[in-house]
Amino acid sequence: MELSIFIEYWPLLLSGLIFTLKVCSSSLIMGLLLGIFLYLFSTIKNRLTFMIYRAYLTIFRGTPLLVQVYLIFYGGPLLGITLSAAEVGILGMGLYVAAYFSEIYRSGFNSLPKGQIEAAQNLGFSKRQILTHIQLPQILGLIVPSLTNQSIILIKESAILSIISVPEITYAAVKMASETYSVVEPYIFLAGAYWVINFVVSRFGNWVELKSTHYLATN
Amino acid sequence: MIDKAILELVDIKKRFGDNEVLKGINLKVKQGEVVSIIGGSGSGKSTMLRCMNFLEEYDEGEVCVQGRMIGYGADAKGNYIKAPYKCIQNDLKDVCMVFQQFNLWPHMTVLENVTTPLKLVKKTSKIEAEKKALEVLKKVGMEHKADSFPSQLSGGQQQRVAIARGLATDPKIMLFDEPTSALDPELVGEVLRVMQSLASEGMTMVIVTHEMNFAAQVSDNIVFLASGLIEEQGHPDLLFKNPKSEKLKTFLASWH
Repeated sequence: MELSIFIEYWPLLLSGLIFTLKVCSSSLIMGLLLGIFLYLFSTIKNRLTFMIYRAYLTIFRGTPLLVQVYLIFYGGPLLGITLSAAEVGILGMGLYVAAYFSEIYRSGFNSLPKGQIEAAQNLGFSKRQILTHIQLPQILGLIVPSLTNQSIILIKESAILSIISVPEITYAAVKMASETYSVVEPYIFLAGAYWVINFVVSRFGNWVELKSTHYLATN
Repeated sequence: MIDKAILELVDIKKRFGDNEVLKGINLKVKQGEVVSIIGGSGSGKSTMLRCMNFLEEYDEGEVCVQGRMIGYGADAKGNYIKAPYKCIQNDLKDVCMVFQQFNLWPHMTVLENVTTPLKLVKKTSKIEAEKKALEVLKKVGMEHKADSFPSQLSGGQQQRVAIARGLATDPKIMLFDEPTSALDPELVGEVLRVMQSLASEGMTMVIVTHEMNFAAQVSDNIVFLASGLIEEQGHPDLLFKNPKSEKLKTFLASWH
């Protein structure tokens, strides 16, 4: 083990780590919001909008993230859209994960008994009040495990952004390995970094789940 | 005025696809009257009740509550146009429904289940809402469970809370959709007792039920539904002791 190389490379690794955190959190926020929009779009009772929704799903779930990112990165300029590598990364991952999130939202909304909505309707709730007081507080607890899962997958997949030279942590570790000819050390560090990020994410998910389902655990 | 119907169904028809579930129902419910709807499964009892508060959209006819047609307006040619959501809710603000599956909101305590509609819909203050909630919970004998969650209650207790939740909104008409069918036999009595006290206080009630003895005791009018039509109706003393239609005779025989 040649640990002394870290003395020289820690600023690069640190900036890579920060970059990964930025790119992942940006694309997750984008995905969570776009996912809600997509879910609401899918509930419009119209054949055309539903077909557009299905098309979005099949394209973004049916092709690898790597291919999508490549197409945005190299295909974008052909359409006059020139984005930085980091922007392509955020956009690509956001669009990709939104497709999954939307379906997770859908499973959550579908899992609530219809009678609860009817009761609220019957007692005079507006549609917005039904959403904010009956549906969302319960759905959160139901979908958080799936959202956490999908977020962890996305964070690990963010490594492929190194291929389009986004200076995130995998990019930094690969650079370090190729410059120092020490492969094992940077990759152990890399594995540890992803593990720590995902550990924090999963603990956060557990915490939110616990908070939002306390009413179920009171038996 | 006394004889005027507070709730009236005029030639109600309802189809699910090709299946016509209600084939022209006419019914008048007067203020303070208790009407029980009986009939075999699939006869359209629940659908009929759900049409009364527009949880089910009827295809033809009219449902009138306090003289106002529910759910639709008409255009110049007389075609039905579905009324806006808010408009329907406003016309139905005096009608409340008690469901077979209770449909309490599991993420709220008993107290919150009762106060939330008051706070959100009637814009009652928190203090007033809680006062009112405890009052109605006391009435159904559930004030001691105000801070429990629905999952901690028995079915009978949940149903009593559901009745309290409806009562808190000061309804003029209460609809009961098989309120005891999901309960263990030993829990049926506590719910029926609450309903009986409501009936004796003069609440207008429409009840879909399989509890024949209870229906006979509390009802002013029994409606027997068979394959989407009212086959026979009348005062329980007449209807149960001296049924006229063959279908009702067969139906009653299966209950003895």
